Amino acid sequence: MITVVRAGPLTTIQDQGRPGYAHLGVPRSGALDQRALRHANTLVGNSSTAAGLETTLLGCALRFDEPARVAVAGAPADVKVDKVLTSARVIEVGAGSVLDVGRAARGVRSYVAVAGGIDIEPVLGSRSTDTLSGLGPPKLANGMALPIGSSSALFVADSPGDIVDQLTLGVWLGPRDDWFSGRELFENEYQVSPMSNRVGCRLTGAALTRGVPGELASEGVVLGAIQVPADGQPLIFLADHPTTGGYPVIGVVDDVTPLAQARPGSTVRFRELH
Amino acid sequence: MVVMRVRRAGASALLIECRDSEQVEAWRGELWRRREAGELRVTDIVPGATTVLLDGVEPGLARELATWPAPDPVSPDQGPLVEIATEFDGEDLPDVARMWNRSVPAAIELLVSTQFTVAFSGFAPGFAYMRGLGEKFGVPRLDAPRPRVPAGSVALAGDYCGIYPTASPGGWRLVGRTSETLFDVRHEPPARLGPGTRVRLVPA
Repeated sequence: MITVVRAGPLTTIQDQGRPGYAHLGVPRSGALDQRALRHANTLVGNSSTAAGLETTLLGCALRFDEPARVAVAGAPADVKVDKVLTSARVIEVGAGSVLDVGRAARGVRSYVAVAGGIDIEPVLGSRSTDTLSGLGPPKLANGMALPIGSSSALFVADSPGDIVDQLTLGVWLGPRDDWFSGRELFENEYQVSPMSNRVGCRLTGAALTRGVPGELASEGVVLGAIQVPADGQPLIFLADHPTTGGYPVIGVVDDVTPLAQARPGSTVRFRELH
Repeated sequence: MVVMRVRRAGASALLIECRDSEQVEAWRGELWRRREAGELRVTDIVPGATTVLLDGVEPGLARELATWPAPDPVSPDQGPLVEIATEFDGEDLPDVARMWNRSVPAAIELLVSTQFTVAFSGFAPGFAYMRGLGEKFGVPRLDAPRPRVPAGSVALAGDYCGIYPTASPGGWRLVGRTSETLFDVRHEPPARLGPGTRVRLVPA
């Protein structure tokens, strides 16, 4: 069992999410930086489906009531066990010890994996907190108890992505690129807005010019969809995105993982994929 | 032959554009059937108002899709039928009746005699957009959404009818309420009103 000592502003339990229910209005959810969670899971010998913790900017602190093997990946942060800094990739935490993941030095979200995974009851096949619909466990709060599952076999290591302040994202145009008349998306640099969250990454910059006015009849949207509301400022859908939307989607970002670690003010450029 | 438009939505999703909601339902049913039969590998089949999204597909599917025959239209008595016991005491019912040029009892009669079909879901888990009223009885959304609409509220917006599965902010016009549970994660499927379900509002 783990007891939450310092929950941090938004620390949630996340795994690969709950795909397959979008037709019922259930968002996919899951870790924003799937690569980082997978890396942390691999280091402690978990399967890729194990649930870990996703922190936001300020980390969290956890007391382990039993010995555990832990790994932290994603946004780099000082990691301490009983106030002693550690640089071990795989951390052995003794019973009664406190693991403290500090403020992110770069990036936004650190991932904490524990051998055996966080073993709460899954909801629709996933242990992820969905901040849009409220499905899954609540966000971490001080004093909360988190059960640890039993450890499983070792898997092959996977490398985490780099964290950078200047992102270039590949975009497939469509499905509604014909609703736009300009090429602003590829000709300008955009900034990540502080309004960004697990639902979407909001950008500010040159407004995208619409060729077709009005609203679109509601249609299904995918992870990475660049939705353009009336003000022309693009919004890129992340894991907790709604399943349908009424604003046109000009294109789809090929890999949203870098956005999980993009701080407000980071710059984003787009490159068209063919 | 009907030429169907298929749009790409990223590297692993396709959006099928349909003529109308009937064709959406025909395609949704056909794609569902093909998935069940093992002919189609797809993570999510998500109907919209005039589209069907296939998310999590192989790159070559667009070409293959173009060779599939258009599915037969769905007959009005196809799909499971669910009756929802409804109290017609919604706050906006008098306004809706006025927009329809009817008395309140006549407006209730229209709602009770309509066979609704779930066209698609969205907004919240288990929230179904039900068609059946037709454009003639469309009503605009409220100018300012209510900060809290109670769970079970039966409401109208555009030519759709919807039932709020959980309490949330909402701009639809409230015509009634039900005490039935519409979304329960312990059930499979978790939503009572999935796409293609026929629904009748029955006076409680």
